[in-house]
Amino acid sequence: MKKYSFSRKSLGIPYAIFLVLFVVLPLLVLLFYAFTDGTGRPTLDNLLGFFTDPNTIGTLVYSLAVAVVTTIVSLLLAYPIAYILARSHLKTKGVIVMIFVMPMWINFSLRITALKEILTLLEGNLANFQFLNAVIGMTYDFLPFMILPIFNTISKLDNSLVEAARDLGATNAKAFLKVILPLSMPGIISGVAMVFLPAMTNYVVLDMLYNSTYIMGSLIGSYFAAYNWHSGSMIALVLLALVCLFTIVSGDDGKEDRRGGALL
Amino acid sequence: MKKAIKILFVALVLLFLYAPILILTVYSFTDSTTIGAIRGFSLQNYVTLFTTEDLRNMILGTIFLALGVAAISTVLGTIGAIGMFYSGKRMRTAISSVNQIPVVNADVVTGFSICILLVVVLGISKDTYIPLVIGQVVLCTPFVLLSVLPRLQQIDPSCYEAAVDLGATPGMALRKIILPQLASGIVSGFSLAITLSLDDYFIATYTKPATFDTISTYVVNATKGSQTDIKTALWALSTIIFVVVILIVVLMNLQARRGEHTLKSKTGRVGA
Repeated sequence: MKKYSFSRKSLGIPYAIFLVLFVVLPLLVLLFYAFTDGTGRPTLDNLLGFFTDPNTIGTLVYSLAVAVVTTIVSLLLAYPIAYILARSHLKTKGVIVMIFVMPMWINFSLRITALKEILTLLEGNLANFQFLNAVIGMTYDFLPFMILPIFNTISKLDNSLVEAARDLGATNAKAFLKVILPLSMPGIISGVAMVFLPAMTNYVVLDMLYNSTYIMGSLIGSYFAAYNWHSGSMIALVLLALVCLFTIVSGDDGKEDRRGGALL
Repeated sequence: MKKAIKILFVALVLLFLYAPILILTVYSFTDSTTIGAIRGFSLQNYVTLFTTEDLRNMILGTIFLALGVAAISTVLGTIGAIGMFYSGKRMRTAISSVNQIPVVNADVVTGFSICILLVVVLGISKDTYIPLVIGQVVLCTPFVLLSVLPRLQQIDPSCYEAAVDLGATPGMALRKIILPQLASGIVSGFSLAITLSLDDYFIATYTKPATFDTISTYVVNATKGSQTDIKTALWALSTIIFVVVILIVVLMNLQARRGEHTLKSKTGRVGA
């Protein structure tokens, strides 16, 4: 008995080592670099630099704004879509959802190229409406990630609960607000997590649309280009802290739905 | 009336998602260099795409990288999932929490941290492709593990015990009993890994050799450049990818329809 259970267990060891070496260790190195200077001496300069540099703080605030607006817009578009499809009696709704999700399988850079061409045709110089274009670009890129988890949650929702609410005298609107909406929260939360964080950090979208570098992630890119590992690490650490904060706030609900679930 | 509004809304969002790709597809068959101009039919973009060595190398390189990374990730992730599933509670929690880090972390941070460790601290040259492969494996493996794990939970443990009682060695029981039941999870993990690798920009950009480009890094640079023939050849590339994706989705749908009652269609998940 003992012998074979040992053999299956030991299969976990290579992966555990891999995780320690290439997931945990890089983050520890990041931590070390963020709090040292070029000579390896501990310093808080990078941290202070982050909070005293008007450029980094401005970028942080700006990317938060972009991310918040993108998330809200995506949610406002995705929820009705997911709701309409999940509650429809169409036999083909699975196929229709697939059509919404399919763009995720096309390389994002090519999709953004396409979007750029269209927006240029409509607006002329994209740099004239930077915030608007940032939101359009991010929404275009991440909308499918919002639709799928919400669709999955609403599909699994037990319809008898809605019927019970209606039988007990709730109006349609009330049944939606008191039953469907609260029950679809896990889907909303994982959708928000899948859109908000990328929208804060994915600087390529803006870079491609109008050569802007005014978003959190790109600070890492510019420090990287300048071989300034220490300040870059500090930015990465700040982003990591935001990720942790966000993960804690959003809790474990529908965790498996994130990115993987959306792509599967 | 209400139904009409619903259909209109769905149609508008679909238009938002698809109009750019479709318009680009149409323009890839013309000799126009900007969207909006009306020009004649031409296959020049496709000729350029397949005859320019730079473009061909970049496309093949991306595909080979994705296949290699997906293969490594699938082996590692499957073994990891089996090991984790049969480990004690503490080990299981530890692996599953650390496994979650690359999933929720921003790709910029993952890519940058891998680059700092492997390139800056350990001094491994980017030209060896080692940082690039490791970086993408870090990105993909957690998703393989997450797609294999649910299958493990469905396995009836008595099958394995019966096999061992009947004289199979643990390795044999693993190969004959456990692995076959994981097949669908392994396949979807593999395809997920390919998708992630193909779509990755951030890990690649921080860890790739200077002379190597994936589709993502190439396109990002090309949109900033001024070479119009390359720019329009990429329209042809996006058309081809679009068609391939449609074909895969249609094929998967047909197959899913044949094996209707798979768990996936029940849970409402679509795709791989």
